[in-house]
Amino acid sequence: MFRVARLIAAKDLRVEMRSRVVTNQVLPFAAIVMVMFAFALNSDAVVSRVAPGLVWLATLFSLLILVQRSFAIENADGATDALRAAGVDPSGIFLGKAMALAVQLAVLELVLLVSAVVLYSTELRVGGLVLLLVTFVAATVGLALVGTLYGGLAGGVRGRETLLPLLLLPVVAPVLIGATRATESALGTGGATVADGWPWVGLLAVFVALFSVGGTLAFGPLIEE
Amino acid sequence: MATPDIETPATAAGTRAGTGTVFTRFIGLATIVGMVALGVFGLLLSPADVQQSDSVRILYIHVGTVWVAYVAFAFTALASAAYLWKRTTSLAWDRFAGASAEIGVLFMALTLLAGSLWGRLSWGKFWVWDARVTSTAFMFVTYVGYLAVRGLGGSHHQRARRSAVVALLAVLEIPLVHFSVKLWRGLHQDSSVADRTNVNLHGLMLFSLFISVIAFTLLYVWLMMHRQRVLAMQDAIDNTGLDYALQQRRDEGDL
Repeated sequence: MFRVARLIAAKDLRVEMRSRVVTNQVLPFAAIVMVMFAFALNSDAVVSRVAPGLVWLATLFSLLILVQRSFAIENADGATDALRAAGVDPSGIFLGKAMALAVQLAVLELVLLVSAVVLYSTELRVGGLVLLLVTFVAATVGLALVGTLYGGLAGGVRGRETLLPLLLLPVVAPVLIGATRATESALGTGGATVADGWPWVGLLAVFVALFSVGGTLAFGPLIEE
Repeated sequence: MATPDIETPATAAGTRAGTGTVFTRFIGLATIVGMVALGVFGLLLSPADVQQSDSVRILYIHVGTVWVAYVAFAFTALASAAYLWKRTTSLAWDRFAGASAEIGVLFMALTLLAGSLWGRLSWGKFWVWDARVTSTAFMFVTYVGYLAVRGLGGSHHQRARRSAVVALLAVLEIPLVHFSVKLWRGLHQDSSVADRTNVNLHGLMLFSLFISVIAFTLLYVWLMMHRQRVLAMQDAIDNTGLDYALQQRRDEGDL
């Protein structure tokens, strides 16, 4: 299962390396969203107070696009059907696609964090770096898992991609809450301390644990047609 | 795929299409009696609340509908698990799950509507970011999504398997959302609903709430039976509709 997952992840990342859709389209989209937030909120003080939330909100919007992209390449030429016909373990496909998605998300989040530092004058602090790193890893893995799970469902049916946001956004609400609070603690936004952040990382960890098991079990029946 | 043998009152009687039976008529009558009783007790006999005055009467709707919504979603989860479990796999379970979710979404919408009207009168605002209120709204959206998944198309068993998995994932998701919203509110302010709804219930008020739950439960059972049979008929049309049309065209050719 893990060997299959590694191969699928490598395949997805190779497709991305060659097509550059994420780097040329999704990253600029995320950056423009960050600029738009500043237009909408129209206050330096407000923007820097809500910067962690905006970073995660922009991540969620971009996640929707990344997931759609991830399954668009599977549906082209019936690649998923070919994988299934070749007897590839669906759990392996699930974990592999989630791994590739996690790598792409991590790059995206890094860009968003840097843009928050540049645009919203967010300041990183040394004491919070470990918390920040752990939060980003946990949230990224969680988003990649549920994104792949519901992407497989919505992407499997052609022309029904509009369903993805409706299914995915309610499910990732705990990640938005947990990751935003933990990031606020790591950055010291609104006077939050680093110690406040760890319970939220716990929430993210529970989310990851539940959906890694649930997703591995559920993905097979969802993509089987 | 084997065509499931669908026994509906209409096919059994072979005469007039319909989903009513003696039992549904009995339940339907009981529902009407219950609703009339709810109206009498809720609007006339029960007193106005000391603090909330007449707005408390909204709760006689609110409590009944939210009860039905929870029961309906729980039944959807149960029926979905029954479908996925190999020994009880049957499209009947899938139709039960679908019918129950439809009714649940309807009653959850009514709950949110009645609740926000009551909130406007009691708290001065339609919405509070209370954990229970917020996660109820998420539950509503989740099952709207579930119904959308049911409408994706494909064969009946594809629909059944897909939606059953989504229904079980919802069981995973909803407690997690509730827990995280609770944690989120916990750090900001105390739950405002719990303290302020702590009214001293008059005996007749409690009885009206009791009638509300009974009447709405009867309504749920009645709707379930009819809706589930309508879904069975729709599946039957999908299975046999084309053959029937072909046969008719052939018969025309023979004339």
